[in-house]
Order: sequence, then C-alpha cells, then structure tokens
Amino acid sequence: MEKAVKKYSPIFVLPTLLAFTIGFIVPFFEGLYLSFCQFTTVKNAKWVGISNYTRVFADETFLHSFGFTVKYAVVAIVLINVIALGLALLLTRNMKGTNIFRTVFFMPNLIGGIVLGYIWQILINCILSLVGQPLLALNSQAGYWGIIILTAWQQIGYMMIIYIAGLQNVPEDLIEAAQIDGATQWETFWKVKLPMIMSSITVCVFLTLTNSFKLFDQNLALTGGEPNHLTEMLALNIYQTFYARAGLQWKGLGQAKAVLFCLLVVVISFAQLKATRSKEVQQ
Amino acid sequence: MKKLLALLLAGAMALSLVACGGSEPAAPEAETGSVYYLNFKPEQNDAWQALAAAYTEETGVEVTVVTAASGEYETTLMAEMGKDEAPTLFQVNGPVGLANWTDYCYDLTGTEVLGQLTNDGFALKNGDAVAGIAYVVESYGIIANKALLAEAGYAPEDINSFAKLKEVAEDITARSEELGFAAFSSAGMDGSTDWRYKTHLANLPIYFEYQADGIGSTAAIKGTYLDNYRAIWDLYINNSTCAPADLAGKTGDDSRNEFLAGEAVFFQNGSWEYGSLSAVYGDDELVMLPIYIGVGDEANQGLCTGTENYWCVNGQASQADIDATLAFMNWCVTSEKGTTAMANDMGFVIPFKAAVESPNLFVKQDVAYTEAGKTPVSWNFPTMPSEEWKNGVGTALTMYAADQTDDNWAAVVTAFVDGWASEYALANG
Repeated sequence: MEKAVKKYSPIFVLPTLLAFTIGFIVPFFEGLYLSFCQFTTVKNAKWVGISNYTRVFADETFLHSFGFTVKYAVVAIVLINVIALGLALLLTRNMKGTNIFRTVFFMPNLIGGIVLGYIWQILINCILSLVGQPLLALNSQAGYWGIIILTAWQQIGYMMIIYIAGLQNVPEDLIEAAQIDGATQWETFWKVKLPMIMSSITVCVFLTLTNSFKLFDQNLALTGGEPNHLTEMLALNIYQTFYARAGLQWKGLGQAKAVLFCLLVVVISFAQLKATRSKEVQQ
Repeated sequence: MKKLLALLLAGAMALSLVACGGSEPAAPEAETGSVYYLNFKPEQNDAWQALAAAYTEETGVEVTVVTAASGEYETTLMAEMGKDEAPTLFQVNGPVGLANWTDYCYDLTGTEVLGQLTNDGFALKNGDAVAGIAYVVESYGIIANKALLAEAGYAPEDINSFAKLKEVAEDITARSEELGFAAFSSAGMDGSTDWRYKTHLANLPIYFEYQADGIGSTAAIKGTYLDNYRAIWDLYINNSTCAPADLAGKTGDDSRNEFLAGEAVFFQNGSWEYGSLSAVYGDDELVMLPIYIGVGDEANQGLCTGTENYWCVNGQASQADIDATLAFMNWCVTSEKGTTAMANDMGFVIPFKAAVESPNLFVKQDVAYTEAGKTPVSWNFPTMPSEEWKNGVGTALTMYAADQTDDNWAAVVTAFVDGWASEYALANG
C-alpha cells in the first residue's frame, strides 16, 4: 500500500501543484518583476530599475499607513486574544447554554468584511451624531477605534473556538494533581493550563497578527481611509496607489509597495512563530 | 479496480486544470474584425446592447458590449486591457484620465467619425494626435421643483443672480416649518457622490478664474473666487434638509430621494438625472437654473455644459478590429438607427452633425438658454490635476460643513490652491 502511494504520489500532487503554480507562484514572480517596471497593464511593462522602491520611501501616505497599521495591530492582537481566551475559559466550565453562547460568539465571523464595515459605519455614525461628534469620515480617532471594535467583534469568536479546543485538550489528571497539591484557581491557570495551550496561542497570535497587517475590506468599508488618508492601512494604501491614481508612474509604485508589504508580513509572522513556539511544551 | 479508478479520476482532474489554463482555440481571424465596447454608463447598458444587436443584424459584424459596474470603470478597463481579447473601444474622462492610456489610444486623425464632429473642441488631443472624441454633451445646474417654488411664492424667472438665489433660499428656510419643505436637498458628501461639490461646484470658481486670466488650464490655481465658492457652499449647507454636520454620511441618492419626495425645492445635478426625475415629475414641473455664485455677467450666464466622456480606440488591437470599431462608431453617429437610439433610448445629446434632438428636458433648456444669448459655463474639471486633489478638497469641504469656522475654510483654500500645485507637480513631474 505505502509503496503504491509513493509510486503514484506525483499524480496526486499534480493537480494541487498546478493550481498552486498558476494561482500563486507565477503571479508572485510576475509581480516581483512588475515592481521594477513602469506599466499600465501587465503586457506593456517597461523596465525602470529600482526607482519605484526609492519612491516608496518618499511617499508619506505609505509611511503613515505603516505607522497606523502597527498601532492598530498591537491593540487589536492583545484585545482579541485576551477576550477570546477569557471567553474560552468561561465557556469550558460546563455552564448551562454553553453551546448557544459559543454559536452566538462565533456568528459574526460568518459575515463578510465589507457588509460588516457598512453595518458598523451606520452604527458608529449614529452614535457619533447623537453625542455631537464629527462623523467617521472626519474623525480619525473614531475611525481607529471603530476598526478595532469591528475586527475584535468579528474575530474574537473564531479565536475563542481555537482556545476552547486547546483547553479541552489539557489533561484532567494534570489539573487534578495541581489541585491536590493545593494550587489556587489562578495558579492552575497560569502554571498548568497556559503552558499546555501554548500551541493554541501560537496559532491565534499568528492569525490575528497576519489578519491585522492584511486588513483590507473592513478598512475600505468602514472609513475608506478618510479623512485625508489618516485611517488608511497598508493594504488599502497599496490599492489606492494602484487604482485611484491616474498616470503611468503609479502602477509600478503600487506594485513595489505590495512586494515590500509581502516581505514585511512574512518577516513579522516568522519572528512571531519563532518566539511563541519556543514557549510551547510537549505533553 | 479501485486504484485504476482513482488514477483515472486524478488524471481527469489534472487534465481539466490544464484545459482551464490554456486558451480556447482561437477563432479564425475574420476579415471584417469585431468590436468590443467597454461601456462606462450603467444607465445606458440596455440601450447599447440593443444597438449592438441591431448593428450585427444589419452588417454581420460582431459587436460585444460590456458595461463596468458604477465606479469600477478604471479597474475593469485595466483588467480587460491585459487580456488577449481586449476592448477595441473604451473611454477616458479627459486629459487626466488619458494619462493612463496614452500608449493605447489610436490616433483618430483623418477618420470619418472625427469629421462628423460639429466642433473641433470635442476632440481630445494628445500632442498632435487625436486620442479621443467626445460622444455625449451634458449640462448641470440647480434643478428646481416649480410647484414647490410657486408654493413659496416665487417663479424660476425670479432667480437670476446669486443674491436672488440667496434671498429665495433663506426665505424658504425661515418659513420651512410652515411650508413643510427645505430649500436645498442635502449636499451629500459621502465619498461615492461628493463629486457634485468637489468637482462640479468647484468648476465655477475655476471657470471664472480661467476667464479672468484668459487661460484654459494652469499649473497653479490662484483661488481668486474662492470666497464666492464659500458663499454658495454656505448657502447649500445651511438651507438644507439636514444639519450640516450630518452631510458627511449623506449620499447623492439620499439627496435625489429628498427631491423626489418633495422635501426640497433645489437639487444640484445634471441632465443625466432626467431619467430618474421624469419618472415622478412631468416636464412642466421641472426647471434647471444656472449655478450663480455672484461672479461675472450673471444676467447672461447659462448652464454648465460640456463633456467628460471621450471615446478612444485601442491602437494595440488588430487593424481589422480597429477598422471595424471605427465603422461602428461612425454608424452610431450617422445612421438613423444609431442617432435615434442615442437620442431617445440613451437620452444623449451627441456633438455630431447627424444628431437627432433628444427628449431630455434639461438638454432642451440648455439649448434654449444658449439661443436666448446666454453663455454656457464650460467644464473645466478635466483640467483638475488628479482625483487626489478632488478628494482633498472634498474632505476639507465636509470638515468645514461640520464646523463652519474661518480656520476650516482656510483648510479648504489650502487644499484647493496648494493641493493643486503639489498634485500638478506629481502628475506632470
């Protein structure tokens, strides 16, 4: 049996490999090439060297959107993971109605980002209007917190499910042993449960981190970068450079931004994986 | 047996994927070529489809019309242009939009359809070459509801200057409780439709400045008439259906719906709105007034009339397709079927010799104004340096509407004047 699988493995790999090549590898390298070109469509690219990259760092909106994204990511990652873990702890206590609560918390995840963005835009604008504050389109502070609240609301349920799975895998005998040794609730959590769910934490932090840096739909629908690009995150900034600008020089610039953006996300998420993995324990 | 089946299935899957990747067998290159029109105006999609079918029936030349979703034209065009079967006929919105597509525009000099234009001014030049030709002329102004205006005790003829417009609007606001309607429908500044103010209204101070300086475009706007721009903006936002601070979230649709529901007398928009307004109001209930801002010879000011819709032919298509496209364009603007469809079904006024009169009320009014000796205000927003400039002005205007201080107006002036210079340098640097 194993021999047969080995023998035919290229055939089983082939469809996925083809799809991966067509859908990822080819466009990736084409994109890399285009970032060194001036172009309108992918067919009429003209090589211009690294000038696109030098212009990226002269673009203030890009640097601002990077700063804004980092500010958002730090708060969002902490907030989402702390609340999700808290909920997971609550919902693994064999309370009545646990399943209903789990479903309710998970549901926001099933709605698309654009729809959520517009719904929250209406909600937040209503509140701002009631308290006499400038609406979202004029209020970068409200835009910043709006994006955080929206994405927290959307992602907490998903992360919660991962934490619940992790918590359920903590062996009962470990907890029992800790209790017999006289550990308090807090000690059981901090010294037994937490180390045992480090793998869940790795996954959740990875997901929230990459989601935060790649955030696009929610940003587009909720604030659209208003006012004056002040709430524009990296992905939206790249999109705007590419599509909202007329002229030959912008497409290549957008592409160069996209390549840098890709590198940045890869580097940050690898660093994070390495850092949290080192804290995982073997059962 | 099972193994064989699995193998076959895997093979079939792989094959089907390969088939997806490859292109379909190319149709034999027809002598006649074919036309692929990427249409900009969603409102006219059905009429274009019908016209294309009629052309195919008459000549046997295949015409494909695809319409891009509202606000998605540039992205759709970019994607379509990268394909093997690229559009042969597309449109740009003037010199700024042309910048993206100069490599693709076929030089229309000497073509038959160019010769059909009533005025050379409708050709879009790129150096010495003709990159595009305008195919529709539109007008905008302040659309007024005659019945409501009469209820307030005024006739459209009373409003012949900015001072008069201000007097009427402020009187209506003062009595709005008793009258049950407001002067202006909400000046929606949501990003989707704020072009009514950051582009169309902004055209007026630019037009008068160009007139005063005797120029047609500039690298640095002076902002001579921005105080007048402020005055009319104040009038719009303070005599409206909603509080000025709420305008940031209002859209053009909200504004139209208020006008349709009879909640406001005035609605700034253009002849393209005729279709939706005529569904509720008869021709004798509507009138379009010039936008007076208190500058120039107001007694002889007409509507703002011009175009930002230019047809371009894809110069990178095969010669057969280019010829077929030119023939199709020519047929649209010269044949009876083509001109009738463009006037009646699409409601266009086309700047071509064989044009049929359009039933569009606002277009007729524009003609009447011109015949009465009034000078139309030309569209100068194609010379605005970039979308980014418009967005900057739009945001500043919205901010000013929410908090009408001199400081906030200074920000509008900065976005208008300094923003123009810096964006012009970026676009032309």
